[in-house]
Amino acid sequence: MAETLLLDVKGLEAWYGESRILHGVDFDVRKGEVVTLLGRNGAGKTTTLKSIMGMVAKRVGSTRYDGVETIGLSSDRIARLGVAICPEERGVFASLDVRENLMLPPKILPGGLELDAILDLFPNLRERMTSQGTKLSGGEQQMLAIARILRTGAKLLMLDEPTEGLAPVIIEQIGLTIEKLKRAGFTILLVEQNFRFASTVADRYFVMEHGKVIDAFANADLSANMDKLHAYLGV
Amino acid sequence: MFGISAPALLAQLLVGLINGSFYALLSLGLAVIFGLLNVINFAHGALFMMGAFVAYFLLNLAGVGYWGALVLAPIVVGAFGVLLERTMLRRIANLDHLYGLLLTFGLALIIQGVFQNYFGSSGLPYAIPAELQGARNLGFMFLPNYRAWVVVFSIAVCFATWFAIEKTQLGALLRAATENPALVRAFGVNVPRMITLTYGFGVGLAGLAGVLAAPINQVRPLMGADLIIVVFAVVVIGGMGSILGSILTGFALGVVEGLTKYFYPEASNTVVFVIMALVLMIKPAGLFGRTA
Repeated sequence: MAETLLLDVKGLEAWYGESRILHGVDFDVRKGEVVTLLGRNGAGKTTTLKSIMGMVAKRVGSTRYDGVETIGLSSDRIARLGVAICPEERGVFASLDVRENLMLPPKILPGGLELDAILDLFPNLRERMTSQGTKLSGGEQQMLAIARILRTGAKLLMLDEPTEGLAPVIIEQIGLTIEKLKRAGFTILLVEQNFRFASTVADRYFVMEHGKVIDAFANADLSANMDKLHAYLGV
Repeated sequence: MFGISAPALLAQLLVGLINGSFYALLSLGLAVIFGLLNVINFAHGALFMMGAFVAYFLLNLAGVGYWGALVLAPIVVGAFGVLLERTMLRRIANLDHLYGLLLTFGLALIIQGVFQNYFGSSGLPYAIPAELQGARNLGFMFLPNYRAWVVVFSIAVCFATWFAIEKTQLGALLRAATENPALVRAFGVNVPRMITLTYGFGVGLAGLAGVLAAPINQVRPLMGADLIIVVFAVVVIGGMGSILGSILTGFALGVVEGLTKYFYPEASNTVVFVIMALVLMIKPAGLFGRTA
């Protein structure tokens, strides 16, 4: 296979305190792909992203990013390798205005988007630069949370449920943005419950249940897998 | 109707502003530390005292005068703070902030105890620098130059700190890490180092206040213990974690104390605590605090 792996997760286990959330997660992401983790609430999707980012203290197994084992690294070290996260709760800072939020993550590698290019992707933000971060609408906050990790030069963007709670027109805008980011060469790992949205952007899917990956298929095989998927997700 | 005497009133106002300068510098450091570390730094008074002692040692052991001490003492105290954070505070960072309060309270008693052991409880003299001796006649009152300097310099330091935190990129990182340290770290920022340096900076401000106080209060092991109780009341009134709030409340309460000394001296030592009790009942998060 010509594509090279950017992220390779093997046997990933993670704990919050005493409770074990991940029970051996295996999947991989190739350079330039959009990969989506599907699964019900509590399946361990968010914990998987946070573990890859190094934000879960107790984790074992293997997470290799671009050939480097990151399972024992702190999250700031992992970020500096080129991994960035857009968390489910968005994490827009209330004490920072939009510009400060946007400029907050330090540049870690060359090749990030320039501010102007980012604002072309998210024109709504251009007029709101001096607003307090949390005064934005939900959709604008989501755009801000994605926008700020594009400047840094990170190559792998992990987006945790970017469409949650948003209006259809904004979901569509976020879908188009993900398309553009993919064309710009970013690799994207998406967590989604909304697989109709996911199907518009994803190359491959991994289905999670009870802290494990239980199935995987390519976007081309989506319709063939629809019945199974309905059963997995209970929709 | 009170038979107001302008010179006496202004003199008390000036005393109030001077006290307010120390309240502001100390509560500012406490606010910065609390914001990022979630630690109510009870050792602040002891580190303030250390600042004054470092100035005293610099002068008497190394011949470094006031101006040198103004630069060096905060660095020495800040470095000591870095050591405390690295070796002790970091270990309890994940516990409830009551533990931080207890640990720093213990540290305060230890540091004070060590200094009391060697220097007793009486004051050591520290002279006003030659450039700032004397007073000027403003027509309605005499303004001692050193006291004017303390007020002006404190305002400048407070403003510079406020500016650095609220208006610069580094300050934005500090504010963001105060809100969500895990996420800021996931952006590639070495947050643990930032926490260490922030503690060092906060206690460095206490050390700086100690140098400023040395010529006014003399250098005494308990000089911080006396002051810190009032400063904690100031912090409660202003609201934990608000930078501008801690500065404004510090100066304002100094002035309120000064006015009370003029109008009703009997209450001057308690007025801050009366206000604290009222604020706690009416607005428990403090005048500038965000309700958690």
